[in-house]
Amino acid sequence: MTTLLPSLPDLRTEPVSDAALRRLLHGLPGVDEVGAEQRAAALASRSIKRDAKLWALDLAIRVTDLTTLEGSDTSGKVRALCAKAIRPDPTDPETPSVAAVCVYPDMVPTAVEHTRGSDVRVASVATAFPSGRAALDVKLADTRSAVAAGAHEIDMVIDRGAFLSGRYGQVAEEIVAVKEACGDAHLKVILETGELSTLDNVRRASWLALAAGADFIKTSTGKVSPASTLPVILVMLQAVRDAADATGRRVGVKAAGGIRTAKDAIRYLVVVHETAGPEWLTPELFRIGASSLLNDLLMQREKQRTGRYAGPDHFTID
Amino acid sequence: MTSTDLTGTESATLSASSAWTYAPAPESRDVVQVRSSYGLFIDGEFVEPGDGEVFKTVNPATEEVLAEVAEAGQDDIDRAVAAARRAYDEVWGPMSGRERAKYLYRIARIVQERARELAVLETLDNGKPIKESRDVDVPLAAAWFFHYAGWADKLDHAGFGPDPRPLGVAGQVIPWNFPLLMASWKLAPALAAGNTCVLKPAETTPLSALLLAEICQQADLPPGVVNVVTGAGETGRALVSHDDVDKVAFTGSTAVGREIRRAVAGTRKRLTLELGGKAANVVFDDAPLDQAVEGIVNGIFFNQGHVCCAGSRLLAQESIAEPLLDKLKTRLGTLRLGDPLDKNTDIGAINSAEQLQRITELVSSGEQEGAERWQPACDLPERGWWFPPTVFTDVSQSHRIAQEEIFGPVLSVLTFRTPDEAVVKANNTPYGLSAGVWTEKGSRILMMAQRLRAGVVWANTFNRFDPASPFGGYKESGFGREGGRQGLGAYLDV
Repeated sequence: MTTLLPSLPDLRTEPVSDAALRRLLHGLPGVDEVGAEQRAAALASRSIKRDAKLWALDLAIRVTDLTTLEGSDTSGKVRALCAKAIRPDPTDPETPSVAAVCVYPDMVPTAVEHTRGSDVRVASVATAFPSGRAALDVKLADTRSAVAAGAHEIDMVIDRGAFLSGRYGQVAEEIVAVKEACGDAHLKVILETGELSTLDNVRRASWLALAAGADFIKTSTGKVSPASTLPVILVMLQAVRDAADATGRRVGVKAAGGIRTAKDAIRYLVVVHETAGPEWLTPELFRIGASSLLNDLLMQREKQRTGRYAGPDHFTID
Repeated sequence: MTSTDLTGTESATLSASSAWTYAPAPESRDVVQVRSSYGLFIDGEFVEPGDGEVFKTVNPATEEVLAEVAEAGQDDIDRAVAAARRAYDEVWGPMSGRERAKYLYRIARIVQERARELAVLETLDNGKPIKESRDVDVPLAAAWFFHYAGWADKLDHAGFGPDPRPLGVAGQVIPWNFPLLMASWKLAPALAAGNTCVLKPAETTPLSALLLAEICQQADLPPGVVNVVTGAGETGRALVSHDDVDKVAFTGSTAVGREIRRAVAGTRKRLTLELGGKAANVVFDDAPLDQAVEGIVNGIFFNQGHVCCAGSRLLAQESIAEPLLDKLKTRLGTLRLGDPLDKNTDIGAINSAEQLQRITELVSSGEQEGAERWQPACDLPERGWWFPPTVFTDVSQSHRIAQEEIFGPVLSVLTFRTPDEAVVKANNTPYGLSAGVWTEKGSRILMMAQRLRAGVVWANTFNRFDPASPFGGYKESGFGREGGRQGLGAYLDV
């Protein structure tokens, strides 16, 4: 397949100047916001019923990064979250586990301890999450401590200030450095699209993160509004699909923040399915970062299986 | 295929994940009561035709007969025009604009209230996907009535001088591709301006216009203000050549448009024609590509390409033509063709066997003339009339598929090297209804809009309609404008 896109440099091995990065990123095809919003709205109107819905609900559970990122988090809270992540619905052993729990770095040891023996991964935010306003060595230390404590996945934030002021080289270098600090841990790069503001910027930041070696690109911290939106995820999915066409390497996408209902989650899955393609419908390539979403997924799943809605008190609050 | 999971082991995930097929999600057809037979709507009542002739209307997705519909003969047309004349002289003409507006607002609201019913009926009778009748045809029909309701008491301020007068009785003939929407485009401005109407829907899609007639009854519209006479070509001919019709408005093929123009030549009748098209959708190398792909799809595959302003010629700048087509083909692989009542259907049925035959004939001419045909893998239902989305590459201006209106889901791809060449090729057609321009460069959009000989030029979008925006053609695409303030001019003595 021919590509319109500039060849993607590997920024891990060949550092590129700001000017060259600017030419690369600003040479990408533009994104027409009105058109992208219309396409996202059209996909959101898909009607997913019966078997297709049950399948989607199970997948949505399997791709969930069950998250708690509060100043008030305690070991007790994280322990409960882990139990829920492993067995979301104690009344139905068929219910799949979620993909991962996502916590702050100091909670990683607790999370590792309480997910041991399960398939649930431990993800940790790092790099002075959520603002990213710290010196690089602090960010790297933050990352290393989370990895040393056993985190399988690191969710870093990019320096949005550097990005918006055109210092693309700095953004890329930080991603490369954090990736190196991750060792074997997988790196999710949070673009914080609510602060990037335009879809052109979303596409550029996606490409920058892809070139710098991200395993996943992620919309948001959940601390900035707007967090994930369908048009944003659409553009990010187009970016990973284009990159896969160009390089053969498939990078994952994570939507985080503001996804609270099963209906929302299914809309995201439809956008993934019809944009990046069915290959992306797996926890290896798509995640949803959420907390309250899980119980709605369980409730809708129960409804699909039994034909009845159970009250909210039939689902555990952790 | 395998992928490496996060623990570093190989796992076969794709076979499981590619299993997501959307379950059928049909809209219920019980929301609308299709009667076994329909009369003519004349003078506020449904009546039997004078000579008792009827014809059948068929669901193009199943070939099932939906209903028998009365065929209006000369006597029926005489009755309908007389009713419209009486209503014009005695009720609607003398009525104040503000009073007329009340009826139009009422019709608009009832269209909204009965939206689901109208959408299902439209899909049954026409074959278009329910998502289009639900999200486009019906909401726009309501929007047209709302828009012109607002004009009814403001004609003094429409730019035609003080107190512009209506024309009288309008004879309106509409096509089968947007049956309800075209009825609204015709009725709303005519009624707002103070005219009365005799409307003839197409013979393959009469049902939604008859439901709209029922809505007029429900809105207590005075008898005779709107009359709906069903039938085929003969009925239309009788209507447009009737001596007591003051204004003729037609949307349909250029061939019939010519015939109508001959029929009204030398009479006092005013005429507006909205005819065929062969629109160019011009994609420059700096276009927002993913959205351009959507715009190309929406331009030609919306409503199975049964759209007079369809973007049936893709003009792609040569430097991006190949990757653009790759993206387009990938996207066409995701289109879902099938049961029009299924909410996930993107491509519905071809409206009639006759139209399917015409599309098939033009497509084989394309192949014979040397263009390259491409279609995505696509199962067609066994019953009904269907045609898969089709893309022709290696098309030359001299090919029939680049010149003639196909009115089906068939895209002809041509290339250009410079903006000048794009303009020349885009304008090199007897038609001139619409065009599309895709570029991130604002000045180029303005330059193209100025030079393209087309009534509508869409920039970075395609097939978008708004009641405030005038619509109509250049050259053999007809004359007169529908929509907006300009659309009022077609129904006022100005």
